[in-house]
Amino acid sequence: MMRWLRAIGTWLDARLGVRESLMPMLTHPIPRGSAGPMGWWYVFGSASMTMLAIQIITGILLALVYVPSADQAYKSLLYLNEQQYLGAFVRALHYYAGSGMVVLLLAHMTQVFLHGAFKYPRELTWVVGVFLLLCTMGMFFTGQVLRWDPDAYWGIGVGASMAGRVPIAGPTIVGLLLGGPNIGGDSLSRFFALHVFVIPGALLAFLGVHLWLILRKGISEPPVPGQLVDPKTYDATYHKEMHEGVPFLGEAFLKDALFSALAVIVVVAIAALLGPKGPSGPPDPTLSGANPRPEWPFLWLFALLSLSPPEAETFIILIFPILVIAALFLVPFVSNRGERAPSRRPIAVLLVIVTYTILGVLTYEGISSPWSPEMNAWSGSPVPENLVRGRSPLELQGAVVLQNKQCRNCHALEGSGGRRGPDLFGVGTRLTRDQIIDQISNGTPGGGNMPAYGKQVNPAEMTALAEFLVGLRPGGAPKALPASEYPGTEGSQATAER
Amino acid sequence: MSHSSPTGLPSTDVKPGRRTFLQRLMLWGTIAAGALATIALSIPLVGYLLGALFKREKDWVRLGPIDQFPPGETKLKTFTNPLSQPWDGMVAHTGCFVRYLGKDEQQQPQFLVFAVNCAHLGCPVSWFPQSGLFMCPCHGGVYYENGDRASGPPPQGLFKCVWQVVNGQLEIQAPHLPTLQDTLTHPAWTPAQPRKERS
Repeated sequence: MMRWLRAIGTWLDARLGVRESLMPMLTHPIPRGSAGPMGWWYVFGSASMTMLAIQIITGILLALVYVPSADQAYKSLLYLNEQQYLGAFVRALHYYAGSGMVVLLLAHMTQVFLHGAFKYPRELTWVVGVFLLLCTMGMFFTGQVLRWDPDAYWGIGVGASMAGRVPIAGPTIVGLLLGGPNIGGDSLSRFFALHVFVIPGALLAFLGVHLWLILRKGISEPPVPGQLVDPKTYDATYHKEMHEGVPFLGEAFLKDALFSALAVIVVVAIAALLGPKGPSGPPDPTLSGANPRPEWPFLWLFALLSLSPPEAETFIILIFPILVIAALFLVPFVSNRGERAPSRRPIAVLLVIVTYTILGVLTYEGISSPWSPEMNAWSGSPVPENLVRGRSPLELQGAVVLQNKQCRNCHALEGSGGRRGPDLFGVGTRLTRDQIIDQISNGTPGGGNMPAYGKQVNPAEMTALAEFLVGLRPGGAPKALPASEYPGTEGSQATAER
Repeated sequence: MSHSSPTGLPSTDVKPGRRTFLQRLMLWGTIAAGALATIALSIPLVGYLLGALFKREKDWVRLGPIDQFPPGETKLKTFTNPLSQPWDGMVAHTGCFVRYLGKDEQQQPQFLVFAVNCAHLGCPVSWFPQSGLFMCPCHGGVYYENGDRASGPPPQGLFKCVWQVVNGQLEIQAPHLPTLQDTLTHPAWTPAQPRKERS
């Protein structure tokens, strides 16, 4: 029996040449240091590849059931969630393994950046890696659209509105993106084709080049402070080091495999615990209350866009992403020699810290999105009881005006309500009656964040509203006074003398 | 027996002059044929992709008799957009805000019809009759009842639909997704005349 198997193996190998081609790849020598304890830094790339494998498998499984058609996609998603055996789990796994892939990709990229592994002769490996990052982000965006719920529908709308700002070519780009004059079945088919054929094809091609470059140029050795990279001497030094190298198929492979296995266990556990994401509702554009949110890898951009002044907006939409991507591509060409150890590259370390702090803060802002009005606050968040107790009838009428004129959609009272404008609790200590009326009537000067309510509020309503707001002072704090009446100013003396 | 050329391959026994001419002909012929093949292939394929841009047709949607719109009130009207595919399902449902302004000096009814899309990034705005404002849930764009920008990030007012009154019925031109350079009143390109008969 064994003899037969061996004979078949030999017959196949004589034709396929596995022993000649694949085995040397698996056993290619890597620097001794990369197999030691420092090797734990090298596990992120292979783990993100493991996540990619999960994505391919779960993606094919989902494609067996999902229907990429505008009128059926939502139904097939509900079927996957509720009726298909383990459908909910596979959907959840596809989402969380995708998220894991982004996280591990960022970890891998950060490690490569901090250890200066992108320097000579691995510049191109980094560049191809940036393409892999772009493909992964593209997969995330197109994947969200396939979830064909209001977030997906209006998400395409936001994307199209951004693309529509490109000078001259804008409308053409929008038309090509949507596949027609409106968001519909043509748009879904396009994003399906991108998500399932175009981007995965590009991603696998880039991954092939990435791996080929790793084999051609070798795994980088762990950085040693003071050991400089010099393109003139590096190849010879690395070649010499490889004489004492160890095969990849050994300790290094075991580390990769162990970490990948742990990553898979974590992702499977999260998917089983949290379940699938969405769809959040039927994709009916006439349903009110849509509040599209981008997926988490894009929240920072969403926040940046929302927090920037309108004049900078077109720049942030059109130019800024190009600058970021260009900067990533240029990393190995800005510095491809010299120190690799993070302890000798303070600017690189600082860049990483600053970048992650900015991304973290913006993502946090994106989650809480204080710039979005709360569309139901006017009818759903009543004025807190302690703010109306013991008030005069006129003031109570003012509280009703405050609710009815949708002020609460943007203004919170003691923390409940919209946060686009300031919390009005305590406004009576900041603004005088006249200032309050001016602010309500004319809005923010220069067309800022608050609309002018002058025509929307009649004089009686205004009087009541101002009365209520002047009384919003925590713990009986003193009223705001006009500057002329402030104690100790010339104006106040004049008043006193009079 | 033929002698070996420097490349190690046996040379073909033809006269040198004739050989280079044939080889050149072969080379340029291949380049020309290749170019022709590329053009023949890419024109239809690129054209197929660009076909997405030519799906706009001039079509009118009936919103209903004008007396169902009380003067000075803003109403959300929903309709199925004819600029859609038969397999679009509920996604073809479209909304617009209609405000009847009353009749002008020539006794012609005047309307304001707005697309639901915010001029900022296309999110759907909501109408609040109590305060007479449109508010956008995404970034807090606010518009007055006449569609003018009131506050927030929108660079302009709400997009206005093209409307007409035929036999006492309010109709609007089937809207595409409006963007800043491709509004409903000033589209980036004129829609084609309808191919299908309107019922």
